[in-house]
Amino acid sequence: MWAFINKLRSPKWFYTISARLQPWFWAAALILIVVGTVWGLAFAPADYQQGNSFRIIYVHVPAAFLAQSIFVSMAISAVVFMVWKIKICDMAAAMMAPLGAAMTFIALFSGAVWGMPTWGTWWMWDARLTSMLILLFLYLGVIALRGAFTSRDSASRAASVLAMVGVINIPIIKYSVDWWYTLHQPATFTITGRAAMPLEMWLPLLIMVLGFYSFFIALTLTRTRSEILRREANKRWVRELAEEAP
Amino acid sequence: MPGTEGLLSEEAPVTFHGEPGGGLAVAFWATLKRDLVLLLRRRSEVMNPLVFFAIVITLFPIGISPDPQLLAAIAPGLLWVAALLAALLSLDSLFRADYDDGSLEQLLLTPQPLAVLALAKVTVHWLLTGLPLALMAPLLGIMLALPAGSYGVLAISLALGSASLSLIGAIGAALTVGLSRGGVLLSLLVLPLYIPVLIFGAGAVQAAIFGDGVMAHLAILGALLALALILAPLAIAASLRISING
Amino acid sequence: MSLRLQAQNLACERDDRWLFRGLDLDIRAGEIVRVEGPNGSGKTTLLKILSGQLADYEGELFWDERPMREARDAFLSNLLYMGHAPGIKAALTPLENLTWYQAMAGQSQDEASRYAALEDVGLAGFEDLPAGQLSAGQQRRVALARLVLTPRPLWVLDEPFTAIDRDGVAALEQRLFAHARRGGCVLVTTHHELTPCAELRRIRLGGGGLDAGN
Repeated sequence: MWAFINKLRSPKWFYTISARLQPWFWAAALILIVVGTVWGLAFAPADYQQGNSFRIIYVHVPAAFLAQSIFVSMAISAVVFMVWKIKICDMAAAMMAPLGAAMTFIALFSGAVWGMPTWGTWWMWDARLTSMLILLFLYLGVIALRGAFTSRDSASRAASVLAMVGVINIPIIKYSVDWWYTLHQPATFTITGRAAMPLEMWLPLLIMVLGFYSFFIALTLTRTRSEILRREANKRWVRELAEEAP
Repeated sequence: MPGTEGLLSEEAPVTFHGEPGGGLAVAFWATLKRDLVLLLRRRSEVMNPLVFFAIVITLFPIGISPDPQLLAAIAPGLLWVAALLAALLSLDSLFRADYDDGSLEQLLLTPQPLAVLALAKVTVHWLLTGLPLALMAPLLGIMLALPAGSYGVLAISLALGSASLSLIGAIGAALTVGLSRGGVLLSLLVLPLYIPVLIFGAGAVQAAIFGDGVMAHLAILGALLALALILAPLAIAASLRISING
Repeated sequence: MSLRLQAQNLACERDDRWLFRGLDLDIRAGEIVRVEGPNGSGKTTLLKILSGQLADYEGELFWDERPMREARDAFLSNLLYMGHAPGIKAALTPLENLTWYQAMAGQSQDEASRYAALEDVGLAGFEDLPAGQLSAGQQRRVALARLVLTPRPLWVLDEPFTAIDRDGVAALEQRLFAHARRGGCVLVTTHHELTPCAELRRIRLGGGGLDAGN
């Protein structure tokens, strides 16, 4: 653990290691998402109530999972950055925020599209959609705060504090919104209790979820790598790297 | 070698201080008293949120309908949302004056925990914003035909809830105090975090109207306040240290 | 307990630019240290680091031969810092302003000492006027009254001579030298040329910090 944290201090080490890791995650993301999409859209059976419209869960659920997970990973990165002053973590957190906001938006959009055949309206103040909307605002707040500072060091710290405050509030917001909207469907999908859905339906969903997570890791690695080059542009190892390149 | 006349008395050698012993209570009360005096000398700043509250409440019957039945149905939510916005309005100035005149850096350099001193400032904000709003709300409740029996709960829930709002909002104020145009950003950061307080605050008034258990709502408002009292001062202190470096 | 502020291999990077690096300092009782350098050379930043406001630096700081992180509270109770802004509330009177500072310093609330401090900086008769009605120089004098009111061995003063008239400058200079002679220590940035004397030492910053040192 300590050795790992100390290694993270070196952007160069991260740059080298991530170069080896990222192709695997990109490949995994591509394969899993393609398999999950084809299986989910073409081969999984139609829902006996909702018909084919239920298939939107193959986008909606992974996006919603990721929307929450990215905020948590962002907050964890923020804690590591604030406690151990590891700049890589801040770069990663900065790169995660827009992706998290995008995933939240996808979850909201797909939820709205799903809402049309299910509820007969584009938008319902359903508990999960409402929580998701608030999460989107939290993401936008973190992004806006980071953008508002002229000094990047202050921007990093301020965004980190806000991410930590946000992650403490997310469960509180979630529970209070659930309380507010007590008439909501039970959660569609949990890894442990899968009684509600037949195997042929949730297996492609699981594959899609894993694919989305791989995509998230791969994209974060790639974007953090380019952010390292940008921020460390005047460091010697980056210049040497640029000279080596053909 | 004595200096000029006025310095003669100062020729005694300087004294050193060990670890600071106590004095925290003195510093807390002095800060509380200073901020109270400051705000009471600029009475318009205390009045502005109250006037804003009254004006916003006036807009709703004009914008929606003067029908008492309709107004009564939405009165709890309207009163809570308007009070929440009024409290938000005055947050931007919470640390701004101290930042501009340099007393914020002096506050940071006292050998006392900054979180406690920040709490003194937040207490003043609540005393002169949240509490007056809570006391004024029943009056506006009459104008919105709020059903009898819920007036006491309205005032209590607002008094309790606005303390949480001041604490949470102060985090945002501390994060944005170093930015020249922090006002709108502050609302963006803080409003999503206000949602749980709004849910249980407005919920308490609704419950009072329907004759449900008011205590559960108030207890949760109290729990939220306790949590905010523990965590928010730490976040405020950390944010102030970031802003002063900006 | 002795007054000794040390910095070892101090470096500060602000947004990919080194303000200074490899700075070694050893500041002891009886010294007046003037930090010099062109605009933007990091004078204020150095003072903020040395006064414990900025944690964003590389290298080590020691107070009284203990690492700063451990000795922070002891350090702060021996420090008097004055920044660019005087830290005076315009809506409060000089007396009320000083009351707050006295309370923050953990001193007993003693009105006579506040009057005496204000008289010492030439503000007798202005005690009960809102500070906002005073001139910039007078407001600066209210802040300087803290030097008399709350005795602290280490003074860190960022441009204390700003807006002060010629008599005031001479008196303040005398005050700094007297403080050093009494075993105190002054760390100061100023554009005003201090009268050379035995206690005065200079630290020069500038040129990206490459020639930093003393």
